[in-house]
Amino acid sequence: MTWLNLITATSFMPVQASEVAKNVDNLYIFLLVSSLISFVILIGGMTWFIFKYRRKTDTDKTAYITHNTLAEFLWSFIPLVIMIVIFWWGWVIFADLRKVHDKGDIEIHVTARQWQWTFKYANGVTVVSPNATEKLDTLFQPNGIYVPVGKTIRLVMTSQDVLHSFFVPAFRNKMDAIPGRYTTFTFTPTEKGDFIVYCTEFCGTSHSNMLSAIRVVDSETYDKWYAAAGNAGSAKLPPVELGKKLYAEKACAGCHSIDGSRLVGPSYKGLFGSVREFESGPGATADENYIRKSILQPTAQVVKGYPPAMPPYQGQLSDDEVNALIEYIKTLK
Amino acid sequence: MSTATASHTDNYLNHEKGIWSWLTTIDHKRIGIMYFFAIMSFFLLGGIFALLVRIELFTPGQTLGFVTPDIYNRMMTYHGAIMVFMVIVPGIPAIFGNFILPIQLGAKDVAFPRLNLASWYIFMSGAAIAAFSLFTQKVDTGWTFYTPYSISNSVSNGVIMLVMGAFVMGFSSILTGLNFIVTTHKLRAPGMTMNRIPLMVWALYATSIIQVLATPVLAITLLLLVAERTLGVGIFDPTLGGDPVLFQHFFWFYSHPAVYIMILPAMGVISELVATFSRKIIFGYTAIAYSSLAIAAVSFLVWGHHMFVSGQSEFAGVLFSFITMLVGVPTAIKLFNWISTMYKGSVRLDAPMLFAIGFMFLFTIGGLTGVFLASTGMDVHFHDTYFVVAHFHYVMVGGTLMAVMGAIIYWFPKVTGKMTSDLLGRISWVFIFTGFNVTFFPQFILGSMGMPRRYYDYLPEFTSLNQISTIGSWLIGTGFLIGLAAVIHGLIAGKVAGDNPWGGKTLEWTIPSPPTHENFEKTPTVTGGPYEYR
Repeated sequence: MTWLNLITATSFMPVQASEVAKNVDNLYIFLLVSSLISFVILIGGMTWFIFKYRRKTDTDKTAYITHNTLAEFLWSFIPLVIMIVIFWWGWVIFADLRKVHDKGDIEIHVTARQWQWTFKYANGVTVVSPNATEKLDTLFQPNGIYVPVGKTIRLVMTSQDVLHSFFVPAFRNKMDAIPGRYTTFTFTPTEKGDFIVYCTEFCGTSHSNMLSAIRVVDSETYDKWYAAAGNAGSAKLPPVELGKKLYAEKACAGCHSIDGSRLVGPSYKGLFGSVREFESGPGATADENYIRKSILQPTAQVVKGYPPAMPPYQGQLSDDEVNALIEYIKTLK
Repeated sequence: MSTATASHTDNYLNHEKGIWSWLTTIDHKRIGIMYFFAIMSFFLLGGIFALLVRIELFTPGQTLGFVTPDIYNRMMTYHGAIMVFMVIVPGIPAIFGNFILPIQLGAKDVAFPRLNLASWYIFMSGAAIAAFSLFTQKVDTGWTFYTPYSISNSVSNGVIMLVMGAFVMGFSSILTGLNFIVTTHKLRAPGMTMNRIPLMVWALYATSIIQVLATPVLAITLLLLVAERTLGVGIFDPTLGGDPVLFQHFFWFYSHPAVYIMILPAMGVISELVATFSRKIIFGYTAIAYSSLAIAAVSFLVWGHHMFVSGQSEFAGVLFSFITMLVGVPTAIKLFNWISTMYKGSVRLDAPMLFAIGFMFLFTIGGLTGVFLASTGMDVHFHDTYFVVAHFHYVMVGGTLMAVMGAIIYWFPKVTGKMTSDLLGRISWVFIFTGFNVTFFPQFILGSMGMPRRYYDYLPEFTSLNQISTIGSWLIGTGFLIGLAAVIHGLIAGKVAGDNPWGGKTLEWTIPSPPTHENFEKTPTVTGGPYEYR
């Protein structure tokens, strides 16, 4: 089977980086080979008949064969048996992928929102995937998502707005993130390296940029990173610094640029003190009160030319955090 | 429409004159032709969106100047909605079902001719509502309208309009189905028992049962979506305690059977084509007929296979996987029967037969890759990737639209009294068939590599396969334009066809081309099965 592996699974399928990946690829090869055989039988047979029984004269007589019970039984029964085998094989793998009730060695809470993934570890370390405009080479800026090789990781996922779906091709696993409910995604990484996370459930404008990456490292590196990140997180930050951190963590960066470029929402650059025009009602100057209201009840005053797409942050940010964000926006002249 | 045929006898085209006589006609043949013009216009529109979507995907990032992510998402949505609700679902039943079904049964018209005309107007009203939302509103939910995205502020209220368009078109579908069921039961010519009706009729009959039973569920689901959006009733909205996944259950309870509304009539067409162009009695008539009913029945029990990663219970996933596998059996039976029909036959490769062969080639690939997706452990990787996009295009486009093209050329002489150019038909086939494989086969590989669907932008590693795919889409577009040229050329300069140019055995080939106003001068008496080539 080695050469088959070479031309099929390894050339089409991503690297195998989890325990279950190899089993999935074995089933994939079985399906490919059996499909190829079925295709050759069906289409090869058809092609052969077409040429062998080409019409020769306009008065050709044809055989009068209405049916053949044995043949019909066989070509119903044999596919049925093959289907049941494939069903059973798929089921065995599915059970492996969906260890819903297994407790992982490490549990991470994952929250999806338009268009960012937030990972929260047990000690409070929070890592946010980069904002929607950035590309693959920046997937680890400013922080990476680290997990140790060989351990079972259990992600507990939910969503804050719409449906998203967490897909890591290298782990051959995928699960929807659903608002108002928790779903789980369990995997045991077997390879070190960086593995891309896609969102596969259509979730709006920047769906195709809702990327992230998981870095699988050895246990020592992981422990070191985990301890260091934990310490860094607990230090008290000055408001502007905290605001900058929240800008990345709370998904502001997905819709609001800080360099003046146009994303889904208005840029923060030069925002403070500027005059805002709204879709309805009179305009206003962007002061502290305006920014606070825009964060907590964003659809109350929608800036002209932008969609009312932002979810309210009421109850999700403390007063300190709102203040920190305002201080940060002030620095973006 | 030109009526310059060789014979000066009265036919359905010149029986009454003027545009008003068409708009008020209750002749099933004229209604079929009105559906043809409407649906082909929508097909053109949906096709333009498809080409634009593919051009945008030629390079990563923004390719076309005016196509922002939002514009792309809207085009992707309207491509899907138009092709599903306005082209493939109504396509074969509304056009060819209307024209051919009563004639194949030996009837003068469908059971309820006025209801039939009403169905056309209802369809056109629904289509108008949906099309209006296209030009005035911003909807980017995809044709599936998944909650809670479709009820969120990110989507404009235009979604209500689009959904109401689909809702109204659903009634047309139900009424047409009802009409066909009653026609099949009540208006068969003397001697035409249920075991002697042509396989096209069997396929349309099975389709009609699905239309009548499943479409109301779609109607209710869409109404609930509108209620959720306007009134906030809290059925689907998680912030009001609703369940967003419930929408998917409701939606697929219709839309999975709808997949068979799209493919079963195509299978009926293929049965006719294979028998006629092999000049041989169809192999396993009973098996083909009853496998249509089996597919229709099982199609109601498999909706959950769209939801293996949606958070539904693992037990449900396994159960749905098992039932889905069962659909493979009647489908395989049909393929084996068609191929066996060619055995010891007298096969002629005219353009319609080429399309039938193309159907079998592409549908086999679509069907086999469906088994990949039905297997739970495998589907988790492929779900919502380009593998799925490739799979359902192989079934829907490779299958249904190949059959539509075959049907157009096959029945063109009956409908107009003239032949299309066989050369143009064959060239059209070469372009569509080649282009189709060039477009969609690379997408199986993209999906295996992990590229998700509905992506405006993609990572650089996916570029070359996407470019091959886009170039293929231009070949398909060219192929359909040549097909259009064949139809126009046939209308203007086609040779006179005669009553039975292909040597068909079903009843429509026993009457003049084009048929007279009431189809048959004398009600025919049927004494044998539909494909008695001896």
